[in-house]
Order: sequence, then structure tokens, then C-alpha cells
Amino acid sequence: MPTVYVNDKPVEIGTKKLNCIQAAELAGVFVPSYCWHEALTVVASCRMCLVEVGDLKDGKLAMQPRVLPGCQTPVKDGTVIVTGEYDKRDASLPALPYDPGYVKGGAPGVRAKKSQADTLEGLLINHPLDCPVCDKAGECKLQDFSFKYGRSESRMVDVKNTPANKPQLSSKITLFTDRCIMCTRCVRFTREISGTAELMVHGRGHHEEIDTFPGKPLENKLAGNVVDLCPVGALGSKDFLYKQRVWYLKESDGVCSRCSTGCSIHVDSNKDIVYRLRARTNPEAQGFFMCDEGRYGYHFANSTERFLRPVAKVDGALKPAAWNVITPQLKQAFAKAVSDNAKLVVGVLSPFLTVEEAFLFATYFKGLSADVRLAIGPVPVVGQDDKYPKDVKGNAVEPTKFVIHAEKCPNRRGVEAVLKHFQGSVISFDKVAKDSVSAMWFAGGYPDKVAVEANMGMDWKTPGLLIAQDLFASTVTAAATFILPATTSFEKDGTFVNHAGLAQTFARSVKPPTEIRTELQLAFDMLGRRGLVQAAAIRAELAKAIPFFAGLGATKLAANGVRFELPTV
Amino acid sequence: MPYEPVLLARIDKPNSSKLEGYRADGGYATFERVLKELQPAQVIAQVKDSGLRGRGGAGFPTGLKWTFLPQNHPGPIYLCVNADESEPCTYNNRILMEKDPHQVIEGIMLSCYAIKSKCAYFYIRYEYGDGFRSMQSAVEELYAAKLLGKNILGSGFDLDIVVHRGAGAYICGEETGLIESLEGKRAWPRIKPPFPAVEGAFRKPTIVNNVETMACVTQIMKLGNAWFKSLGVPPDPKNPRDAGSYGPKLYTLAGHVEKPICVELPMGVTIRELVEKHGGGVWKGRKAKAVNPGGLSMGFVDVNAKLKDSDLTEYDIPLDFNGPGRVACLGLGTAAVTVIDDQTSMVDVLHNVCQFFSHESCGQCTPCREGTGWMLKIVDRLRRGQGRKEDLDILVDVADRIGIMPGTTICGLSDGAGWPVKTAIRKFRAEFEAAIKSGAKSQYAKSLEVVGAH
Repeated sequence: MPTVYVNDKPVEIGTKKLNCIQAAELAGVFVPSYCWHEALTVVASCRMCLVEVGDLKDGKLAMQPRVLPGCQTPVKDGTVIVTGEYDKRDASLPALPYDPGYVKGGAPGVRAKKSQADTLEGLLINHPLDCPVCDKAGECKLQDFSFKYGRSESRMVDVKNTPANKPQLSSKITLFTDRCIMCTRCVRFTREISGTAELMVHGRGHHEEIDTFPGKPLENKLAGNVVDLCPVGALGSKDFLYKQRVWYLKESDGVCSRCSTGCSIHVDSNKDIVYRLRARTNPEAQGFFMCDEGRYGYHFANSTERFLRPVAKVDGALKPAAWNVITPQLKQAFAKAVSDNAKLVVGVLSPFLTVEEAFLFATYFKGLSADVRLAIGPVPVVGQDDKYPKDVKGNAVEPTKFVIHAEKCPNRRGVEAVLKHFQGSVISFDKVAKDSVSAMWFAGGYPDKVAVEANMGMDWKTPGLLIAQDLFASTVTAAATFILPATTSFEKDGTFVNHAGLAQTFARSVKPPTEIRTELQLAFDMLGRRGLVQAAAIRAELAKAIPFFAGLGATKLAANGVRFELPTV
Repeated sequence: MPYEPVLLARIDKPNSSKLEGYRADGGYATFERVLKELQPAQVIAQVKDSGLRGRGGAGFPTGLKWTFLPQNHPGPIYLCVNADESEPCTYNNRILMEKDPHQVIEGIMLSCYAIKSKCAYFYIRYEYGDGFRSMQSAVEELYAAKLLGKNILGSGFDLDIVVHRGAGAYICGEETGLIESLEGKRAWPRIKPPFPAVEGAFRKPTIVNNVETMACVTQIMKLGNAWFKSLGVPPDPKNPRDAGSYGPKLYTLAGHVEKPICVELPMGVTIRELVEKHGGGVWKGRKAKAVNPGGLSMGFVDVNAKLKDSDLTEYDIPLDFNGPGRVACLGLGTAAVTVIDDQTSMVDVLHNVCQFFSHESCGQCTPCREGTGWMLKIVDRLRRGQGRKEDLDILVDVADRIGIMPGTTICGLSDGAGWPVKTAIRKFRAEFEAAIKSGAKSQYAKSLEVVGAH
């Protein structure tokens, strides 16, 4: 088995092709870096990941006399890596036979440590050190690494370069030119992942700057990723800039709900307000990045236009109602409609519901009568799947590195799987919309009314009893007898199944506004169960009830999600 | 007996840059003979045996470099000729290109035949307008004479030469920077491995050679290895890694000499002999203080510093591939000797040097980008009489840590930026300290531009 030694600790790498940074990570040793990113080409220019490298063969250790960039140096059997943190190694391990000639020039780790400190001193030469007013402070790699690996004082006494900021870089992104450390991650991203190549390096030496080509601002649907990629406070998202200090933010893992890609995301919130979404690395889902539609598509959750409490139509006028009053009314009215003629009753489950919610609602509806029809809510589709990278003319180039799906909902496949289990087939919304229906329960949760109305068609027939649960007013809620507030994906626990059959479970990031009950709780109440619902318990129930979801039965689910072998839907 | 120039033998002749003139001196006869009589592998073997080391600066053995190409490669294989002669005070390639382009081109043709390349790129710096025009017209003459193109002289050997004009950056002379620039990209040196011989221009195997190296190839194939090895310095028997310094070399003289010229001499002439005999001595009857043995990036020689166990001074070191290294210089470099007289302040000299490297750093690697800029700012402050004693230590520290040798950068530019700084301060420390102590402003110092409020 190929073995690599990191700070004297042997670690087996198997058949993996790794560089020194990755091999060190396997051994639990962190090697700091700026320019290196797993998804981008290696440039080895920031010189932060400098390590000492040697080769152990037949008990003899030959160390290279100079430091090497860890990102660029591949490891093989017998490679010895000494990082700047050699002095913090596990001292119980036997030391490797370092050549006395090598040790004379500095104990193992001294060279790497000094080189890294030197690099940091260099990076701070022209850095403004304006951390108190910098939005990145608190999550800045330059700040973190300087604290951990740098010198405590700067020896630079001369005037720093002060290049002008570039707020015109993009409508959504601004560049604080003086803070840039020229890692060129952003440039490589636009060339390699989005393929749009708007960014470039301009000037030479210490007067170098990131810039766009004249008249071609950074406008592409993946542009927001450059802000995530920027290790320092140079590239700032105008959407987030100066909204929050990052140490006030609570980071939680979520799943983006704006298209069927189902990107893994970090949801950054404070006091139950979502302030920022960032891509979370998940090779099973989308990889490393996310699109701007998703990134900036959280504002609906903070909208003041949302329904905030249940409303009932009494004598033609909408009146707020309390949950404890309205729940028995709903139950009674719906049960009556079913007992009158169950065939004329429809339950609509939108593709924005989690599978747990869809399961509980379906259980409720079908529990009233097997004749109640279940339909999937309108599935918003906008244009074509948008594939990246693109060439100069905007055509997609193989191999595809990122797809923004045309289907703008997170869980069509999950909801359909539930529907199939309960009635063997999936009925689309436009079919039931045209029918004469006596009662309809519309479980929505659409982030905008366009998503609801686009697929409804003009011939929508208002049912006699319409219970509409949604975030925003739409044609559906306009005709409703009861309007119930819905929750966003940030406000609930659950599971989404993406376009490729990957089920990702996520936990609540923020609390819903005070008077809003989650769909899951409502379905739970309608079923007559008591107490507060636990999504995990429902998930276990679901896994038991529907063979398709059996994979969700495990007590601890994989962080990257569970991939289902989906039958062709 | 004075040395009879070979590489520069034709430069003063009328018509020296024309095909007609070159033919009259037996030009292209060697190429025709080689094409008929020798296999490519034999040409590589002969160049390897000759001991020819690259004339571009690093002195890597040319034949050895050629053997790094992958065997039986389906092609294309490219030859890039590095005519981006940007090292300050260096103009030996320029003379060859302007006055005797065909000698260089014959070398290119021989080299391409040896390495089985069908396409050579001649990358010439933008500033060499005359060189570009004379190379271009020489190439055109050869196409007209059917010495370039398809099936040259009925041998089945095809060769195209493209003269490519750079856009003016020092870093384009670094071999992978040159390749990037040739490909139309920003001249940021590539990380190695892969080396160009494996993956170079347009991701194909590529050999990058200097102009003077090409001229030497012509002469080696014409006059033979015995002639080539009869000149220069054999390898040091005590140093098994020394490949020797054979052959003629074009030395250029610049700075404070009476006669700044380019002379051809066998390798190993001493600085003293070069300056006193060929350059007419230091100008205005002054004495030399410091000398740059081979382009700014090689560092400085202290003319008055005694060598160990001898009466000789650093002025007497031989200009071969090993000589300057013995006195803490980086190497022979381009063999462009710059003389600094005893009335020039080393602070001013160093400022000039730092300004050059700071301006020319490509900005890719942090240590070089920030280090060269920082050194310039410090030296500029010294020059304005506001130096501090610790500045000298900072300068040496920064100069020591940047470069491909400590492993902190991708290419050697910053070694070249660091070497003059550390050699100047180590060898002339007293002068720097005196300058700091006096607090006098240099007569050349301008006050810094006023930067915006900060």
C-alpha cells in the first residue's frame, strides 16, 4: 500500500492521486493555501503552501534542499512531507532518518515555517490592513493565516500602493483592489468554470490588478462564486456588503430550492433572517459552486409580502383566524367534502414540499378516502438547462462543469415518488385544474407567484372549497376559502430529491415568522396526531412505508446525501 | 596571437546580412552537407560532444537539452529561438541578428533537423526593430531560394520559420514565459514539471534556445568539435558536475568604459583583460569600483576585493560558467559586463537595479511581486537620505528569500532580482552605511510622487 509520511506520520494514500496539501489533510495536518482550489487549475503562485519534500527509499531519506509548493507537488509511495507545523507533530511517533547535512541547514519544518511567514509578510506589504472596515474580517484567510503563521509585526515602513477600487466590476460584485493578494482564483474561475472569461490580470509586478476587459463587466450566472472563492476581502458581493459582521452569522447547512440541481449550500443567518447563501462543497450534488439565481434567490424568505397568519373567508371577506380555531374548521370542511363525493376532492402537493411533508399530506388525504385524487402542483420550467463552461459565443462546451436546470423547483422527483406510492400514478396539476372539483387542498410554498401561475393555464376552475397554503398571493390564493401561510426551505427540516435522484436532508436554518406553522406540523395536526412533529420521526416512518425511500431509514445520514436508483419517472 | 573572431567574422563585410553575401562565404554549405550525410541523431551527438552550453544565461548543455525530447514523438516538435534579449546591457544577440542573420538561421535549420522539428519560432523582442527586419528579410530570402518550406533541397525535410515579435517584457525571455507569450497569453512562466521538452508551446515538445547558441551550432557543424573544444576552459577535475566552458563567447561591454563594444573571445577571459584591453579601460581615467559580470541579475563584483590566498582581486576572475560563481555572483549570465566607476554611488546603482526588477516582475508569485516592490521602496528611501540602519538587513533578508533557489518562486527572475541586492550590500556595506549615516540625498533622487490620502 503506497504510504506517505507527513510530519513523520505514515498515512496510506491508496490509489488516489493527491498533492501534498491533500495528502497532509489525510494525515490530519492542515497546509494553508490561497491560490490552490480543487476545482481549478494549479498555478502555484501564492506560495503559501510551501512544504519540505523528500523521498524515503530503502530506509534512506533524501530531502530536497529547497521548499516546494505543496499544491503542485504530487505524492507517491515513500514521499516525505514536512510542513511548517512539524514542531507540533505527534512526538510519540519515531522520527524519520533525516540526513544530518539537511538538519544542519535547519531542523525539519524550519524552512517551511520561515517561507510561509515570509510569504505572509510579502502579502501584507501592500495590503491596507483595514480589517476593522473590511467585510471579510472574521472569515478572511489572510487574517487567519497571518495570525497563525505570520509575524507579529510588519517591517514595512514605506508608503503602500493604493490602487483605486472597482465598484463597476459587476452589477453584483465590487472589487477592493488594494486588498487583493493576486491568487487569481477568480480569473481562473471565469476562464475554466463559467468559461465566460470576463476577468483578467492587468499591469505587472506589485502594480498588478484584477480587472475586466473594457465594456465587458463580470456578468454571468455563476459570477457570485468569485466572491466565495476570494480568500480575502477583495471581491465583495454587493448583496451582502455591510449587512452583517460575519461573526454574528449562524452558519447552517441547507439545500438550495431554486432549481432541480439542489445545490448544497451554507445558509448564513442572524436573528432568524437569512443574509447570505454560499455554496457548500458536495461532489454528489453540484460540486463546489452555485448559481446566482440560487445565491441571491433567498430574498423571498425575508419578503414583507408573505402570508404571515391563517386567513379564512367569512361572508366573502377575508379575516385573520387563529390556528386553534381554524384547524377544526379545516378538518371538518375537508372531511365533509370527501364524504359528499371523494372523487371530486383533490390534494395538490407542490414540488417545493419536502418528501416528509408530501408523505404526511398524502397519508392524510388518502386516509380520508382512497378516491381522493393527489396531484403534483405546478412544476415551473424556465427555458432550457443552462450548461457551463461556455465558449466566447455563449455555447456550452464539454465537459460540462455546472448545470443550472430549467426546472425551477427542488423536489419534483421526491413528491412524485410519494404520489406514485399512494395512487400508482402522478396526476399533473393542469389536469385537475380544468376539472370541476368540489374541494382542493393546495399545499404550495412557491417562492413567487409566477412559479404557480405559469403552468396553470387560463381555464382554471375554482373549486367550491379551496384551502390554499402558500407564501405569496396568487390566482390560487385569490380564490381560496382558507389561506394558510407556508414556510420556506430555510424554515423547515426535511429532504429534497434532486434531478439525479440524490436525496439531501437538511435542518432548519431560521425560525419561521411567529404565527406560521410548517406544512409538516399542519399535516400532523390534520392527521389528528398530538404534539410537535419531528421530521426525523416522519422520515423513519416514510422509509418504512415506501420502499423507494428505504435509504433514508438510517439513523445517521451521509452528509452528502443519499443517492437513489430512481425508476425512470 | 590575437584571437580571430568566428561568430563575428562577417559582421563588417558589405552585404553581411544578405543571402548572397552569406553564400559567398560558404553559407548553407554545412547545412547541405549535414542534410545529405548525417542523421539527426548524429547531429545531436556532435552538439552534445562539443560541450556547447546555452548562451542565454543559465548555461545548460544544449545537446543534453535536445535529448530530453520524447523519443519517437509523432510531432509536431517546436524549436523556439529566444531572441528576447532583455537583460540590461546585453546586446550580443542583437549584433548577430542585425549583421549576420543567416548564420543564426543556418543554426536554426541544423537544430531543427537534429530535433526533427518542422517549425521554428523566432521570438524577438519588440524593441529590436532592425533585428526583426533583417531576420524577416533573411527568412523571406530563404523561402524564395527554396531553402525553407517543403522538401528542402529534395531531402524530404520540411521547415518553416516564423519570426514573432514580442510586446516588450523582460519575463518573455524566461523560456516558459516566452512560450506563453507566443501562445498569445500573458507571459507568466509555467510551473515545471512538465518541462518544455516534454510539453511546451501549444502543449507539444519544445526546445528553447538562445540566438548565440544557434550561431554556435552553425560553427560547430562547420568547423567541428575539435575546433570548438580548442577554445575555452575545460571542466574542473575537482568538480564532477562541471561541464566545462568551451567555445567562443560574445562579451558585451557597457557602463563606464571608454569603448563599449561587443567582442568575441574564447571563454575564460578575465574581467580585467576584457575591460582594460578590449574596452579601452574605465572612462575618464577613473578607476573601476564594481563590475556586473553578466547582466544585472548576476550581482556585483568588488573590483578591489582580494581573492582568498592570492594577490588577485575579484577583478581577475575568469568569465566562464564557473568564474563569477566563485565570488558569490549568480553565474556568467549573458556575459554582458557592466563597469561602474569609483565616482558612482552604489546606492544609485542599486536603485536602478531594483527599479528594473520591480518593473519587470511578472507579478505571479507573491515573494517576487511583493519583494521586488518592497526592495525598490526601501532603496528609494535610502537614496533620498532617509535610510535606517536596519534597512540593509531587511534588504539582504528579502533578497535571500526570494527566488527559485530557495524554492519560493516559479522562475528565476527573482533570483536575478535578489542577487545584485545582496552582493551589493554584502560587498559594499560600508558605503551604504556611510550613506545612511550622512543622510545626504542622492543627486539623482526625485521625491516620490504624492500618493492620495490614506
